[in-house]
Amino acid sequence: MSNPVIIEDIRPLIALLAPWVGLVGIIWAGEKRPNLRELFTFIAASVQAAVVLSLVPVILSGAIVEFHIWQIFSYVPMLLRVDGPGLLFASVASVLWIATTLYAIGYMRGLHEHAQTRFYSFFALSLSATMGVAFSANLLTIYFFYEMLSISTFPLVTHMQDKSARTGGRTYLGYLLFTSLCLLLPALSWCYVWLDGGHLTMDFIEDVGKVGHFSETTQIVLLFLFTFGFAKAGLMPSHSWLPGAMVAPTPVSALLHAVAVVKVGVFCVYRVYADVFGADVLSRMSGEEWTMIVASATILISSLIALSQDNLKRRLAFSTIGQLGYIVLGAAIATDRAQGGAVLHIAMHACGKITLFFCAGAIFVATGKKYVSELRGLGRKMPLTMGAFMIGALSVIGLPPMGGFISKWYLALGALDRDAQWVVAVLLISSLLNVFYLLPVAVSAFFRTSENQQDSSFKEAPWPCVVPILFTAMGCFLLFFWSDVLLQIVGLTP
Amino acid sequence: MSDQIVWILLFPLIGAVLCSLSGVISKKVCYPISVLSMLASVWASVNTLMQAIESPVHEVSYILGGWSLDLFPRGVGIEFRADILGGLITLVVTGVGLLVTLYSKVPVQRQTPGKEAMYYALFLLQIAGLAGIALTGDAFNLYVLIEVAALTGYGLIALGSNRAAAATFNYIILGTIGASLYLLGVGYLYLKTGTLNMVGIREMIEANALYDSPAMQVAFVLLLLGILIKMAFFPFHAWLPNAYCHAPTTTSCLLAPLVTKVMIYVMIRMILTVFGVEFSFESTWWAEILPWLVVVAIVCAAVMALAQREIKRMLAYLIVAEVGYMVGGVWIYNYYGLIGSIFHVISDACMTLCLFLGAGIILEKCKTTHFDGLRGLFAKMPLTMAGFFIGGFSIIGLPPTCGFFSKWYLITGGMVSERWEYMITLMFSTMVMVVLFFRLIERIHLAVDESGKNLGKGHGDLGLSQDQTRFDEAPLSMLLPLLLAASIVIAVGVYNQEVVDQIEVFLRAYDLPTGVDYK
Repeated sequence: MSNPVIIEDIRPLIALLAPWVGLVGIIWAGEKRPNLRELFTFIAASVQAAVVLSLVPVILSGAIVEFHIWQIFSYVPMLLRVDGPGLLFASVASVLWIATTLYAIGYMRGLHEHAQTRFYSFFALSLSATMGVAFSANLLTIYFFYEMLSISTFPLVTHMQDKSARTGGRTYLGYLLFTSLCLLLPALSWCYVWLDGGHLTMDFIEDVGKVGHFSETTQIVLLFLFTFGFAKAGLMPSHSWLPGAMVAPTPVSALLHAVAVVKVGVFCVYRVYADVFGADVLSRMSGEEWTMIVASATILISSLIALSQDNLKRRLAFSTIGQLGYIVLGAAIATDRAQGGAVLHIAMHACGKITLFFCAGAIFVATGKKYVSELRGLGRKMPLTMGAFMIGALSVIGLPPMGGFISKWYLALGALDRDAQWVVAVLLISSLLNVFYLLPVAVSAFFRTSENQQDSSFKEAPWPCVVPILFTAMGCFLLFFWSDVLLQIVGLTP
Repeated sequence: MSDQIVWILLFPLIGAVLCSLSGVISKKVCYPISVLSMLASVWASVNTLMQAIESPVHEVSYILGGWSLDLFPRGVGIEFRADILGGLITLVVTGVGLLVTLYSKVPVQRQTPGKEAMYYALFLLQIAGLAGIALTGDAFNLYVLIEVAALTGYGLIALGSNRAAAATFNYIILGTIGASLYLLGVGYLYLKTGTLNMVGIREMIEANALYDSPAMQVAFVLLLLGILIKMAFFPFHAWLPNAYCHAPTTTSCLLAPLVTKVMIYVMIRMILTVFGVEFSFESTWWAEILPWLVVVAIVCAAVMALAQREIKRMLAYLIVAEVGYMVGGVWIYNYYGLIGSIFHVISDACMTLCLFLGAGIILEKCKTTHFDGLRGLFAKMPLTMAGFFIGGFSIIGLPPTCGFFSKWYLITGGMVSERWEYMITLMFSTMVMVVLFFRLIERIHLAVDESGKNLGKGHGDLGLSQDQTRFDEAPLSMLLPLLLAASIVIAVGVYNQEVVDQIEVFLRAYDLPTGVDYK
C-alpha cells in the first residue's frame, strides 16, 4: 500500500448526504404519517448502506477513494477519503442502521413513545456524522464531524424529557464537550500551528509521523490530550457519560452507544495512533506504554464493575467500555496485526453488542423487565430473543465460531509481535470476566425456572423487534466465516 | 465612483430627515423609507469594500468638501478613508442595520406607538454614526461620530420600559466620561502633531520622533481608557446590561451587535494606524498588564452571565465576555491574535444579532424572556429556536459556525505568544457558554423545573396546555431577518477563508510578529 491509486468519486459524499435527504422526508411526513416517515428512514439507510458497500470492491482492488468538499482553511481541506478501516466502520454502521430502523419501529411503537419524528430525524443526523468521521481524511475534518455527532445525539439521549434524562444529558454533554473543547481543540491547534511552519494539513496519509518533530514531552502530552480528548472512546476516567446515556430509548443505546458514537470515539483514537503518530513515532516514544496501561486498566475495571450491575443495560454499557478498551489497546500496541485487530474489533463487537442491546430492549418491550435478577426462566417465554442473547454473548466473549474470536486473536498476535506478553494476560483475564458477567444472564434464563408460572408462556416482542435480533445474531456467525474479506479490507493477509 | 463612500452615510442621514418630516403626515411611510435607505447604504458599502479590495493600495479615500491634502500635510479637510478593515466593519454595520430595520416593523409599532417617526430618525442616525466611525480617517471627526452614535443611542434606549430612563442615565454618565477621555487624548495628539488626520498624526510622530514624549504616553492612555469604557470592557461594563435589557427590542438588536464591536475597531485603528505597533505594544508598561485584565474581565463576565435567569440579561453579560476575547486577541500582540480579533468583531456581530433577534421574538410571543417562561418553545416556534441556537452554538464555538473560526484564531494567537493564561481563560469561558446555552435548551426542552422536579405526565408531556405548545411562529417580518442572520453566521463560517484572506491583506502592511519561524 505504498502508493495507492486515488480515485475521485462522489460516493462518500452521497453516503454522507443520504440521511439529510431522508431527514427532509421524515419531517415532511411527520407524526401524521408514521409509515411513510419510517419508509424514508429505510430509504436513507438503504441508500447509504448500498453506496458504502458498493465501495468495497474498489478498496479491495487496492485503490483509495477521495472527495473534496470544501476548504476549511487555505491549507486544510475538508476532504473525504475512503480507505480500508474507514470503509469497514462505515459499512458496519450503515448496515446496522437498517436493522436498527426496523427494530426501532417495533420498540418505539410497542412502547407508544412520543416525539418519534424528532427521534428519527436526529437518528439520521447522527448517522450522517458517523459517515463523516469514518471517511475523514485529516484531523480537522474528523473533529468537525465528531462535534456534529455530539450535538445531534443530545436530543436522543434526553428523549424522555424527564429528570433522569436531564441528569443523563448533562453527564453526556459535560464529558463530551469538555474533553473536545478543552483537550482536543488545543491539541489540534498545537499541531496546526507549530508543525511545518503552520501549513500542515495533518492528512492521514501524507502527514503521518510529522508530530515526531516535536520534543518528546510534547509528543506525550499530545498523545494523552488526543486519547482522552476523544472521550467517546470511553477510556477511564472519562467513561461515565456512557452509563449515563443509557436513559435513552434502547435503539439509541443499541446503534449509537454500542456502534456509532462509541466506535466513532475509538475510531478517532485509532486514527491518531495509526495515521497521525504512526507506528514509527510511537515505537520511539518512551511514555507510550502508559496509554496501553490505561486501556488495560479500563478493560479490567469496567469488567469488574459490569459484574456488579443489576440493570441489564448498564451492565452492557460497562461491558462496552471494556470492549472499547480493547480497541484503544490494539491501536496503542501499534503493530500491524494489533491495529488491524483493533479495527476488526470495531465490526465484531458492534455486531455482538448490538444484538445484546436489542435483546435487552425486546425484553423490556415484551415484559417491562430491566434487571438481570428478573430474567430467570425467561428463556421459555422468549426463546428466540434469549437464544440470540446467548450468541451475542459468546461473540463478545470471543469464542469461535463467532466474529469476536478473530479480532481478539489478532489483538493477541499483535501484542506478541511487540513482546508485550502481559497484554495477552489482560485479554485472557478480561475474557474470563466477560464470561462471568454475560453468560449467567442467558444461563439463568434458560435453565432456572421463574417463580411466576405465567412467565413461562410463549410471548415474544413484536416481530419488527425480533427480526433484527435474529439478523444481527446471524451476523455474528457470518463475520467469522467472512473474516478473510474483512482482514483484506483492513490490509492484513489472512 | 469613488464617492460611494460618502453615500454609505448620506443614505441613512437623508432617510432620517425624511422620516422625521414625513412623520407629520403619515407614520406608515417611515418603515419603507428606512428599509430603502438601508438597502441603498448596504449597496454603497458593498461597492466601497469591493473598490478597496481591488485598488492597488487597498483603500478608498474621499476628502469632504474637496479640501486638498496638499495644503497642509493631511491637515485641514476631513478625510473618509475605507481600507479593507474599515470597509469590512462598515459592511457589518450597515448589514446588521438593514436586518434590524427589516425586523423592526412589528416591535416598533408595539413598543413605541405614535413615536415611529422619531424612532426611525434616531435609528438611522445611529447607524450613520456607527458606520461613520468605521469610515472616518480623522481623529476628531471620530469623536464627533462617537457622540452622534452615543446621543442617538441614549434616545433609542430611553424609549424603552419604565426602568429604561434610569439605565440611560447611567449610560449617559459613563458614556460621557469615556467620550471626554477620548477627546482629551485627541487634544494631546493635536497639541504635539498639529494635525487631526490619523495618517497625518502618524507621519508627524515618525517625522519628529515623538515616541519618547510623555505627552504621547498620556494621549495613548487617555484614548485607550475612553475606548475601553465605551466598549464596556470589564470593570467599565456597568452601563451595558441595564441599558440593553430595558431598551426597546429593536434598539437592543441594533446596539448589542454593533456598539461594542465598533469600539474594538477604534482600538485596533488607534493602535495600528495612529500610534503604530511598536509604540503600542513594545515600549510601554500597559502591554504587560492588559492581557491579565482581559483574563479577569472574561472570567468575571462569564460568571456573572451564569448567574442570570433572564435571556436578555444573560446575553448582555455574554457581550461583556466577548469584548474581553477581542481585547485579549489584540493585546496578546501577534498576527494570529489580531486576525482572530478582527474576525471575531465580524462574527460576534453576526451571532449577537442572531441571539438578540431571537430574544426579541421570544419577548414578543411569550411576553417574557425569563427562563421560567420558555418551556415548550421548540414545539411552538421551531424556526425561531433554530435561528437562536445557531447563534448560541456559534458563541460556544462549534464548527462550522463563524464562532469556531474566530476562536480558532484567538487560541492560535494565544499559543503563538505563549499566553497560556489567555488560552485557559478562553477554554473556561467556552465551557461556561456550553453551560449557558444547554441549560437554556434543557429549560425549553425538558419537562423539569429548575430544582429537578418532574412536571407533566411523562412521555414528553411538558405540563403545558395545548395552546402553549401549538405551532405559532413569529410574523414573517421578524422571522426572516433572524433566519437570514443565522444563515450569515454559518456562511461567514463556511467562507471564513475569503474573509480572513482580506484581513491578512490588511494586516500584512503592519509589522506584527507571527511567532512561527516559517520555513
